[in-house]
Amino acid sequence: MAEKEWKPQILGIICNWCSYAGADLAGSARTQYPPDIRIVRVMCTGRVDPLFIMKAFIDGADGVLVSGCHFGDCHYLEGNYKAAKRMFILKSLLKNIGLEDKRLRMTFVSASEGAKWAVVVKDVVDTVTSLGPSPLKEFGH
Amino acid sequence: MAEKKTKKEPAAKKETKKAAAKAAAPATAAPAASPEKALGKDARVGVYICHCGTNIAGSVDIPAVQEYVKTLPNVAHVDNYQYMCSTPGQKKIEDDIKEHKLTGIVVAACSPRLHEPTFRTATKTGGLNPFRFEMANIREQGSWVHMHDREGATSKAKDAIRIAVAKASLLQDLVPKSVPVEKAAMVVGAGVAGMQAALDLANAGIKTYLIEKNPTIGGRMSQLDKTFPTLDCSQCILTPKMVDVGRNPNIELMTYAEVAEVEGYIGNFDVTIRRKARGVLTPAEAEAKGIVGGGCNGCGDCDAVCPVIKPNPFEMGMKPRKAIYIYHPQVVPLIYTVDFDSCVKCGLCVEACGDKKAIDLEMKDELVKVKVGTAVLALGYEMFPIEKKEEWGYKKYENVVNSLEFERLICASGPTGGHLVRPSDGKTPMKVAFLLCAGSRDNTGVGKPYCSRFCCMYSLKHAHQIIEKIPGCQPYLFYMDIRSFGKMYEEFYYRIQDEGAKFMRGRVANVLEDPVTKNLIINAEDTLLNRPINLEVDMVVLAAAVQPSEDTDRTRKLFGVSKSMDGWLLEAHPKLNPCGTTTAGVFLAGVCQGPKDIPDTVASAEGAASAASIPIHMGEVELEPYFAQCIEEKCAGCGMCVNLCPYQALSLVEKDGRKVMQVTEAKCKGCGTCGGFCPGGAIWMQHFATPQIVAQIDAFLLGGEQ
Repeated sequence: MAEKEWKPQILGIICNWCSYAGADLAGSARTQYPPDIRIVRVMCTGRVDPLFIMKAFIDGADGVLVSGCHFGDCHYLEGNYKAAKRMFILKSLLKNIGLEDKRLRMTFVSASEGAKWAVVVKDVVDTVTSLGPSPLKEFGH
Repeated sequence: MAEKKTKKEPAAKKETKKAAAKAAAPATAAPAASPEKALGKDARVGVYICHCGTNIAGSVDIPAVQEYVKTLPNVAHVDNYQYMCSTPGQKKIEDDIKEHKLTGIVVAACSPRLHEPTFRTATKTGGLNPFRFEMANIREQGSWVHMHDREGATSKAKDAIRIAVAKASLLQDLVPKSVPVEKAAMVVGAGVAGMQAALDLANAGIKTYLIEKNPTIGGRMSQLDKTFPTLDCSQCILTPKMVDVGRNPNIELMTYAEVAEVEGYIGNFDVTIRRKARGVLTPAEAEAKGIVGGGCNGCGDCDAVCPVIKPNPFEMGMKPRKAIYIYHPQVVPLIYTVDFDSCVKCGLCVEACGDKKAIDLEMKDELVKVKVGTAVLALGYEMFPIEKKEEWGYKKYENVVNSLEFERLICASGPTGGHLVRPSDGKTPMKVAFLLCAGSRDNTGVGKPYCSRFCCMYSLKHAHQIIEKIPGCQPYLFYMDIRSFGKMYEEFYYRIQDEGAKFMRGRVANVLEDPVTKNLIINAEDTLLNRPINLEVDMVVLAAAVQPSEDTDRTRKLFGVSKSMDGWLLEAHPKLNPCGTTTAGVFLAGVCQGPKDIPDTVASAEGAASAASIPIHMGEVELEPYFAQCIEEKCAGCGMCVNLCPYQALSLVEKDGRKVMQVTEAKCKGCGTCGGFCPGGAIWMQHFATPQIVAQIDAFLLGGEQ
């Protein structure tokens, strides 16, 4: 791993209908944001198994962003509520194992909120950068 | 980077061909016993990197990416092309599948929301199952958002392709499920947009349910006096359409009703409609109850005796109505309605109605279920509550009215018989100021940031109307810009200038009232002449912004339609699919998608009707096969998933002496909420299966270069 300039590795798991569309809109509008995030698309944040996130942290992710529709706007009625509940519990577990819970973020970005997506990514990148490399990195490999 | 390879998750049990055969089966049969099969065995992925002209190539180092991709596991072929979506680009995929014996395709280009269907078709044409295709988004989420960071964009593109290859290596053959489409449509909202959409659908031979929350159809257009720029009488051109709607045998009109519940999916929406208690029977309803020759014929005898007086919302509250009422004489259907909130149940109307026995003061709301294949939302708009902009004195000063109130005051069928008068004293105003952009193009956070689009034109029309009706009356228009963009609109603007209307460019700072005369003093700046304006007028008309109608949010959620940031409903694509939504089978007509004048509204309604008729005429539609499946040997039968499913698609069944989950595919929409929870990992989400997602995560974080 190159030591010169550390860049965080952040995984974004985002829903097809709202946040992925919002991220696409940010692209069409050429809204610039930092490139330190990689996206895995799912149909709904309800699909996000907390184990996916744990797997990412074990694999050495410095941060994970889960982003879905606003409450009441879920394409599948209530998947985002269930995802939010899981993330809430998972955050408390992260604290218990000594990982800063700020490394996991759940946000709600609609298909029309391209500008918000850019702000969210920048904020997540800034937060994770300030926290530094994940302490789990050395165990994972 | 670590040297680990992308994982080939579950141990391969069977041959890929068998897996394909099984994946094909579930369209009709019960879920296969074990969907976990030969995944990723001998995967050969073809990767295509698109330049998109300079859209991608401008910020991403394509040769470097191509060299990198060659090092990835399972990659059998890499190519790049100027425009992958072009015919030669697609041809590459089609030819290479055979030549390189590919089992999976990755195109690194724009968003899958744009071109996934294109490349799936190419994959299919090449002889591979279309669900063996995966897209890496390196444009919308790559080159376009890191335009000045070539290194960052290139590295992100490499990772995105690595993630996509990991998934493509594990993709399965899937077969879309074909479902029949119910030969009926629904239109929600019966303003001019909803009526036009319903008429078009009905005339195309489709049974159409037209749902309207008010007691009559007609919507906002029926409240207008004249229409710009032709100056047609609004009611005169609208009422024939209203009558057509009422008479069309293919339209089942439900007024005073609202959508209560929506279940199902394109082709098969089960919609529950709440018919609000109207208190009055139609002739058909009366006949069904055995009252021969009975039911409401609109005679108005009840109206004459009703002792309760309330403001009529159709007249913007400026004319009274009774507790049993019709909005105006041309209502369709011509059936009275009891306002149970104000009715004192004295029974005088029942007596007056006599043998027709049309009135039932004990009537209750009724739920009606209908099944439709597609739906059009035409939910319309309402006026922004302009009293929020306190500086203009609406609802504080009597002689400040909004433009819809002005329409009723100038309309021959309105409360004053078309004589424009000041609300304070009933005198004819001789100086009238029109404040344009009232609450529109407002970045203060109080009003709306958008242009409401038709206020310029109707204000010009208003100016014309007062010049024509009241000799010597002077209109003043305070404007920011006059946006007269439509056919014959600019000509109309010049005509009104020639007629003597005075135009002042500048937003009005405030409006004050002379407490004695009730005249209004306008303080503004003429930004063309750079001088302050202090003008006393008799009346002020606010061309208030428009906003989505009250019921829009509730209704859109029932149909799963998103909204834009400004609250209007979100179209599938602003340019190329303005009538569609992200919910298949649901379409948008008229102003609920964004402010439109009448010609644009009618055009959009015809577009929505045409789009809504296509699946119905096709007879069947294909659903993406992203269903859940149960891996029975892992299922512990705990039933957590059954409670989580928002569509009641899952159930527990007895099998070999134990309980296992079973999926009803017709109900499953593929959200994966069950799969995200299952403690035993026993749910297989097709196309978004756990091994596939984990492979993507591993590919990102553990690398995979060889």
